[in-house]
Amino acid sequence: MASARSGSPERPGKVPAGTAGDEARADPPGAPRGPARRARGGVARFLLRRALMSAAVLAAVSAVVFAATEALPGDPAQAILGRSASPQALAALRRQLRLNRPVLQQYWDWIAGLLHGQLGMSLAAQEPVTRLLADRLVNSGFLVLVAAAFSIPLSVALGCYAAWRRDRAFDHGSSIVLLVLAGLPEFVVGVLAVVLLATTVLHVLPAVSYLAPGQRPWSDPSALALPVATLVIAVAPYVARVMRASMVEVMESDYVEMARLKGLPERTVLLRHALPNALGPVFQVIALNLAYLAGGIVVVEYVFAYPGVGSALQAAVLAHDLPVVQVLAMLIAGVYVAANLAADVATILVTPRMRGQL
Amino acid sequence: MSGTGLPGPAWLPAAGQARGAGALRAALRLRRTRIGLALLALLTALAVLGPHVAPHSPAAFIARPDSGPSALAPLGTDYLGQDVLSRFLSGGGAILATAFAAALGGVIAGVALGLIAAYARGALDALVMRILDVILAFPPIMLALVAVATTGPSTWILITAVAITTAPRVARVTRGAAQPVVVRDFVAAAEALGLPRWRIVISEVLPSTLGPVLVEATLRLTYAIGLIASLAFLGLAANPNGANWGTMIQQNQTALAVQPWGVVLPITAIALLTIGTGLIGDGIARAFAGLDRGREPG
Amino acid sequence: MSAHPGHGGQGGHPGPAVIVTGLRVEMAHGGGDIVDEVSFSIAPGEVLGLAGESGSGKTTVGLALLGHARRGARVTGGSVRVGAIDVLSLTDRELREVRGRIISYVPQDPAAALNPALRVGTQLREVLRAHRACASAREASERIVEMLREVALPAEPAFIRRYPHELSGGQQQRIALAMAFACRPRLVVLDEPTTGLDVTTQAHVLATVRKLAASHQVAALYISHDLAVIAGLAQRLAVMYAGRIVEVGAAAELLAAAAHPYTRRLVAAIPRLTGQEPLTGIPGRAPAPGDRPPGCAFAPRCELAAAECRTAMPALAVVGAAHLARCPRAAAGGAVTTGPAASRMAGLAAPAGTAPVLSAERIRAGYRDVTIVKGVSLAIARGECLALVGESGSGKTTFARAIAGLHPPASGRVLLDGQPLAATARRRPAEARRRMQYVFQNPYGSLNPRRTVRQIVGQPLRVLGGGTRQAADRRVAEVLEQVSLPPAIARCYPDQLSGGERQRVAIARALVSAPAVLICDEVTSALDVSVQAAIVELLTRLRADLGLAILFITHNLPLVGSIADRVAVMAHGQVIEVGATRTVLRHPSAPYTRQLIASAPALGPAGRAIPAWPGRGQPPAPAP
Repeated sequence: MASARSGSPERPGKVPAGTAGDEARADPPGAPRGPARRARGGVARFLLRRALMSAAVLAAVSAVVFAATEALPGDPAQAILGRSASPQALAALRRQLRLNRPVLQQYWDWIAGLLHGQLGMSLAAQEPVTRLLADRLVNSGFLVLVAAAFSIPLSVALGCYAAWRRDRAFDHGSSIVLLVLAGLPEFVVGVLAVVLLATTVLHVLPAVSYLAPGQRPWSDPSALALPVATLVIAVAPYVARVMRASMVEVMESDYVEMARLKGLPERTVLLRHALPNALGPVFQVIALNLAYLAGGIVVVEYVFAYPGVGSALQAAVLAHDLPVVQVLAMLIAGVYVAANLAADVATILVTPRMRGQL
Repeated sequence: MSGTGLPGPAWLPAAGQARGAGALRAALRLRRTRIGLALLALLTALAVLGPHVAPHSPAAFIARPDSGPSALAPLGTDYLGQDVLSRFLSGGGAILATAFAAALGGVIAGVALGLIAAYARGALDALVMRILDVILAFPPIMLALVAVATTGPSTWILITAVAITTAPRVARVTRGAAQPVVVRDFVAAAEALGLPRWRIVISEVLPSTLGPVLVEATLRLTYAIGLIASLAFLGLAANPNGANWGTMIQQNQTALAVQPWGVVLPITAIALLTIGTGLIGDGIARAFAGLDRGREPG
Repeated sequence: MSAHPGHGGQGGHPGPAVIVTGLRVEMAHGGGDIVDEVSFSIAPGEVLGLAGESGSGKTTVGLALLGHARRGARVTGGSVRVGAIDVLSLTDRELREVRGRIISYVPQDPAAALNPALRVGTQLREVLRAHRACASAREASERIVEMLREVALPAEPAFIRRYPHELSGGQQQRIALAMAFACRPRLVVLDEPTTGLDVTTQAHVLATVRKLAASHQVAALYISHDLAVIAGLAQRLAVMYAGRIVEVGAAAELLAAAAHPYTRRLVAAIPRLTGQEPLTGIPGRAPAPGDRPPGCAFAPRCELAAAECRTAMPALAVVGAAHLARCPRAAAGGAVTTGPAASRMAGLAAPAGTAPVLSAERIRAGYRDVTIVKGVSLAIARGECLALVGESGSGKTTFARAIAGLHPPASGRVLLDGQPLAATARRRPAEARRRMQYVFQNPYGSLNPRRTVRQIVGQPLRVLGGGTRQAADRRVAEVLEQVSLPPAIARCYPDQLSGGERQRVAIARALVSAPAVLICDEVTSALDVSVQAAIVELLTRLRADLGLAILFITHNLPLVGSIADRVAVMAHGQVIEVGATRTVLRHPSAPYTRQLIASAPALGPAGRAIPAWPGRGQPPAPAP
């Protein structure tokens, strides 16, 4: 006991036998807990439940989006056209937005349209939202995928290596760098990158990532370099820090010590015993950050004038183009929810213990 | 009785100090916390005192747009011919005040929700967390963009929107920190004495969650600053033409090649500000980790 | 002195399998030694018990035998020889070859030491593969089946494919044993492998260890805080205190006639199954590494200590045949003074025929669809101590929490002084909350780490009202004295205290409102034996001084003889036997009680080990 206070490495020898909560779970000695057979059906039911829950969240999200854009007190038409708008123009806009119908009817019409792929007309461009966003969706999707493809392996590897070299120079150095980078807003990183690499200091990369209409983003990798780098810097530090913490905890665990005491090669200890257990909690963080990328593109695309959904959202918000804002909000929230669902599945797959408890 | 008497009080440690305060003091001894606090203090002072020492009115036309440093405008002029230095000195207040208010509101709401959910368990816990999941389905910047899409940005909408994105994240952390505490026996001991629920939550549970909550609060302040500045950068400041570091960067980005000061100054300020709050949070996290290490024997 | 002290008198052995000499482990960043001057040897097939209380360094020694030191520690001296191998001089690569093949380890907590993400079969197989113990995958599979049979686990494919969390605690520990013996090592280090297991499961595991060590001629180091467990298993015994071996000798001799004052007191602190005997604790607390006094570390707590003890560390010296002790006054000792508790205990008896102060009637309680307590009725008379004994899962804690208003029962009622009480504490009158107090199992969890001792102990006074702050502080000082804590402790925080001190603080908190009934829920199970004895001493004294009624809940059957007037035995949510302590312990009527008594590792009256053979069968099925 005294040793616990002074930080001696020996762990005191007592495991209190069963607290109140344990009694509920305790089995008669010898009985297995949670037969393995039940697990598979449990996983299917878990997935179904999680998918339904995600759908419910999306439904709630749509209500929030709708409420925030159209149902709030105040007249959206007035807000959109400004104080000087003529009564005729206001009336016309109200008709177009179907504002003269009951709120619930409006909401239902909007949802039904979304589900049928009728996303409405952009007020600013007077063009169907679908046509306005199709190319941009491809551009943004590509940007996010490339950023994820770089940031996830990079951050996982960085976190693992720092944990493995715990308290050595690399660990301390990377910890400070990551800490500094983790808090910087994306636009600060993006503009600094432009200052350093594209304008004031050096001039090695394009400052804007403009794409001609119909041009695909993969046709000009150098244009993508800065936006991707900015997104990676926005996401990787946080994931790397969580990965390191998770790995450090697992490396301190009894089962890693046991694996070493069994005489297993260090590579087996790290890759088979430590890594799978450390990855579980990190999946959630990776998903959150993938989803965060979906939000981060708003700023990053704007910084580099990249024609994606993020810069479209920024323009739509400034122009009060409500149909476009609504669709983009649902889209980005959908990516967010899907990423979280994927993370739950991945976590379950690497954590047998959780499968047993389903 | 003699058989169980303890030896004299010689082994007693020096009189203890409140544990939370002890950890904060330990955090203050860390170099990173001190650097962080210095940065935060420096930039807060700049934001508060800046407007009073600015040589010109931030909205006054001084010289030709995008002109370089001169005697009149020591750091040149911006895209409208206004003094960069004066606009920089006047441009921190809006971001800092809005971000502080939003973070504070979000942290208070989040801590309350997290504690209630953790202590109540069961159905109420599930309900609160599902509602928060809906808010969490929006990336923070998205929620703010949707909120300002119809009516445009006002200070209150910005504060509310950022506070709403902050609260669920704080609530999750608080709940996570409180869950192992509410099942500890000292909480049961207070229940056996018949202490009212709200007093148990405040006096027994809250103090033990202080470490993670403080760390999360500084993290949320960092993100609130970034978010408010990002919105201004996207053209969504409460006052679109006012002096604001985020707005300045947006307005002067196109002239970066000829007149970098209008971008470099405010961007350095925002970077140092977020680095400062990040360092403070990390210092607090380390100090509390040190405090909690070795308390529990297995 | 011989290089491997304490070994001998075991004629016929070919020579020790393991020789440890002058082992020293230090804290990595200065701050002194954790263990030092540790020397012993073990013959093939022999089990050496290494006993000590928490913080004594026994796990550090065990890990050093595998050339391993935990974070923050470093092996800095001595040698560990297993056959021709000098373990401490091996390179990392050579160490990997040796670990698991020549020397293996059985962990304390298999639930934590088995990898939760890998099937048990995979974890068994990888030991064989890492050490190339099997030529082919087929041979490995056969070997795994053989290993599982040896530890009495089902060797079916379905079982091999299970994950650790799908096994019971006893099965997990058997997997760890199978793993340790897989490559037929020459030395196995067993680090408290039965801590946390029920007595019946523990008895099975101990029998398996004994069988494996004997049949494969493996030298075993069995580390435990529990002398009674070691007594039934080990041929020889080494006792550690503050990082040194203070005594080593044949187990039976050492327990019957210990030479070192610490060992003597430790033996006296062990509860006996033989009925109502007082326990005596050891005053003071063990010094932490880096905080140890010059000379003998036990001197500050030793009534025999002389001036020389405080200046120089005594050497291990021969005190008998193959029996060494690190004490210059080893021969001078007398019997351990048992203190006034002995006479007190005899004089204590519940006044017969008085109305019960607390009674529970047909309590049923559980969680959602699981009923854990199935209609339990018990009554406690004024000043009586009733022990409620059961294994984990029997429902004893849930029952206690139901009485205390912490776990509302599904049905049944609780009466205090004949008055029925509300189901939750919050709805009970302040007087009822004052008169009945609860002491929790784990003093590391029951004291708010952010409060001072004064605030913690004074809390009931603040909540239940009454008196000024000065009066409250006076009362706190008073109860701290009653539980033998110095007044200065009031300013401390719980993390500055040892486990025993914390439990005294928890008891002081329960006493501060002058209750009539104390519910003590496993209050000693998180504590060392010597501390446990001191807490039992304290409770016995408080009963005598204050006329307290105590409901003493425990899984430790031998312990009840030292504290309780009556015993109730609980299994599967029901009380299956109630009676006077002496009667129940000596002439148990229920088969389950008989089995519990047979499985409990315990020392006989003269300190001789009663062999702990596993009883067959399980707790009786619940009556319909």
